[in-house]
Amino acid sequence: MMNHETQQDYQNAHLHVPHDDMETLVLDDPSNNDQSFSGHLQPSQPSPRSPFNSFLDPPSYAEAVFTSFDSSSNGHENPDLSSRSNPSNSDYLYISVSDPQKEQELTNSLVPGGNTYYTYLLTTRTNLPEYGGPGSEFSVRRRFRDVVTLSDRLSESFRGYFIPIRPDKSSVESQVMQKQEFVEQRRVALEKYLRKLAAHPAIRTSEELKVFLEVKGKLPLVKSTDVASRMLDGAVKLPRQLFGGEAVGAVDVSEVAQPAKGGRDLLRLFKELKQSVTNDWGGTKPLVIEEDKEFLEKKEKLAEFEQHLSGVSQQAESLVKSQQDMGETMGELGLAFVKLTKFETEEAIFETQTARAADLRNVATAAVKSSRLYRELNTQTIKHLDKLHEYLGIMLAVDNAFSDRSSALLTVQTLSSELVSLNSRAEKLEAASSKIFGGDKSRLRKVEELKEAIRVTENSKLCAEREYERIKKNNRSELERIDQERHNDFMNMFRGFVINQAGYAEKMAAVWEKLADETSTYSKDSS
Amino acid sequence: MNPTQRSLSGSTQSPRSQSSQPFLSVSVTDPVKLGNGVQAYISYRVITQTNFPEYQGPEKIVIRRYSDFVWLRDRLFEKYKGIFIPPLPEKSAVEKFRFSAEFIEMRRQALDIFVNRIASHHELQQSEDLRTFLQADEETMERLRSQETGIFKKKPADLMQIFKDVQSKVSDVVLGKEKPVEESTPEYEKMKHYIFELENHVAEAQKHAYRLVKRHRELGQSLSDFGKAVKLLGDCEGNALGKAFSELGAKSETLSMKLQKEAYHLLMNFEEPLKDYVRAVQSIKATIAERANAFRRQCELAETLKLKEINLDKLMLTRSDKVGEAQLEYNEAKSEQAAKTFETIVRLMNEEIVRFQEQKTRDLGIAFHEFAKGQARLANGIAEAWRSLLPKLEACSSS
Repeated sequence: MMNHETQQDYQNAHLHVPHDDMETLVLDDPSNNDQSFSGHLQPSQPSPRSPFNSFLDPPSYAEAVFTSFDSSSNGHENPDLSSRSNPSNSDYLYISVSDPQKEQELTNSLVPGGNTYYTYLLTTRTNLPEYGGPGSEFSVRRRFRDVVTLSDRLSESFRGYFIPIRPDKSSVESQVMQKQEFVEQRRVALEKYLRKLAAHPAIRTSEELKVFLEVKGKLPLVKSTDVASRMLDGAVKLPRQLFGGEAVGAVDVSEVAQPAKGGRDLLRLFKELKQSVTNDWGGTKPLVIEEDKEFLEKKEKLAEFEQHLSGVSQQAESLVKSQQDMGETMGELGLAFVKLTKFETEEAIFETQTARAADLRNVATAAVKSSRLYRELNTQTIKHLDKLHEYLGIMLAVDNAFSDRSSALLTVQTLSSELVSLNSRAEKLEAASSKIFGGDKSRLRKVEELKEAIRVTENSKLCAEREYERIKKNNRSELERIDQERHNDFMNMFRGFVINQAGYAEKMAAVWEKLADETSTYSKDSS
Repeated sequence: MNPTQRSLSGSTQSPRSQSSQPFLSVSVTDPVKLGNGVQAYISYRVITQTNFPEYQGPEKIVIRRYSDFVWLRDRLFEKYKGIFIPPLPEKSAVEKFRFSAEFIEMRRQALDIFVNRIASHHELQQSEDLRTFLQADEETMERLRSQETGIFKKKPADLMQIFKDVQSKVSDVVLGKEKPVEESTPEYEKMKHYIFELENHVAEAQKHAYRLVKRHRELGQSLSDFGKAVKLLGDCEGNALGKAFSELGAKSETLSMKLQKEAYHLLMNFEEPLKDYVRAVQSIKATIAERANAFRRQCELAETLKLKEINLDKLMLTRSDKVGEAQLEYNEAKSEQAAKTFETIVRLMNEEIVRFQEQKTRDLGIAFHEFAKGQARLANGIAEAWRSLLPKLEACSSS
């Protein structure tokens, strides 16, 4: 923003001040230009002093090969993530989000004029076989609600995985912000999110993502219903997963593979809650304990990592702010000197004033250049250190994956203790009925029912255990994956940051050395 | 930290030169905080080395405080109208309480420059008040200082009013309004306009320079905090990555110190000279006000003289016994006119403005040079520090 104002001022000053050196204010010298943004791959011409010249344009720009493809992204390009997670760089899945458009809700609503919402154009380019092989390119329109659906479906299908967190619904912001600003912000957020999904080795080839990206028209994924409506139809079609020994319905055993949600799973929720309380109090010994010490250690370490990461992220933000302030103040100083130069030049009576005006001009030029360099440096710093924020997001995904594991374990434990209680009831009934000679018809029937319940519960338990093991396996493989990625990501981030700082410091040193040279006649030693 | 603006009077020789070239060199050193609470003040050692015959001996050391310097400035201002008296650092009642080392050093530096400028001014260096200041014992100084109420001290409010008058007169003339009893030669108007405008421009530059100092400090603090946080992250990683983090954190902290150092250098060698520039311009404005007074006085005097002459003639004709008195008054007025106060001021100011411009170009040039050197030094230090980290990072990432 400051960019435009000061450009104007420079141009104005330019009109009134002798042309020679002022030119350098408005025009850039070749070694010092802003084209680092346009994603050129070649480093700028070598400056004689620095062996690190090739580092002046940080590696991340070399990766921004597809800037032109992404017409809507305006400087927020991240180095493309999808090429990173794949050992063979030839597999790619590039998604871009663009062209937000307002549309009308077709279903009749109470409010005349209807509900409006925004849709975004999702354009995919890929060579993955799952998407139709090399050179595939297609687009589809989606609204934010569809993204929420996708996210929910992925959470269910990929339990135990570190699934990227979707953008907020943020209803408050949408009221407060200008519509255009909000839509643009959302577009950027969606793009980032989809690219993260595309980078995840398991999710990128998932059915859910495929459908989301390919199928035109209405998104054919089941929406998750809210709790209230579920409760209503829960009353009608409550699949009794865990019950107190009543009728044996055709229980879909695989239901246990999903965590208990609200509404129709109320009963299960209560039982699991009771179980977790029992677990905590250590009343009954849990039948399946989290025995994986390695996992627990890892979890603790990650918690510590998250805490410190958060600290670094905060300080990074304040570092960025300080750099920005420095650049701004330097620019303002430069501007003040531009004015002084103009003033002294216009009002000059004495020769010595003209000399001073020349000095002032040199200082102004140096300050302005330095200010620009700070701003460039800062933009880069933001990009590099953005990785920190990304990892905070990943930590959230990790937390979710660990919760998946805990809730799966809880299900197993609940089923186990249910089994225990069912068995003991069956035993008691059998013992009681055997005392009566000839048997007790009603009791015997009850025993049969119980035995059926036990059979179902045993199957459910097996299912739950399988699910738990699956989630554990996912956790493990994901942990390995991010361990490696984390190492690389952070090394690259810091390397990029350091190279950046060094490069720009060199450029700034050159600017100031030039000024020192220009003012060397005034050095204390030579007075 | 050596003052950047010290210049020896007359010659460029060192103070200890044995040659017969006249020299007067002063240094203000050794600030010592005395007294308590509200009464606290700083005293300075003022060392004079000279071979001027009017002075006692080759070297003299006295103890002075800020209000003594103010006394000297006020006396010179009264006696040497037309000359741009070197400015003093601000009184600053607030900072006095804190008396940070930085504040004390800035003030000492400014006072040293002040005295040396007087000592190297061909007219001011002859001043008797200067001799008193540099040589009198402390009791005498204290006595003189406390005498200064009323007669020579202009209240700031009065001064302000004069400034306002001058300013409004300048703008009136610029706007083309005619006002009597105001000199309005185009050259002088131009000079006044220049001075008033200059103050605004320089003040703005100084403001930003001061902010720049602050920014350096803030950036230094941010880097330090960042470094600490990165180190913590490194500690919990443990392996090669952790080591890399620690190195990064340590480097950040080193750079933080460089920034703080440069902030101080910037304050002393760039911001202070700009502030000095502002003060100098303000001092010139005071002289401009004096000139306006003198001009008015001259006009009044011309009027008065005419009236008195007429009166005298009248009295002489009527052979009144008031003739003697009237004659005395007439003579007084005549001799005041002969003193040509106003003309002297004009002449002096013309010389002074030349000297001022030369001095300022030089002073600023030095300040700019120091600024450039400091920033270059900082940037190079930063570049080198980060560069030295790179091989270590490479080593970590390959493991």
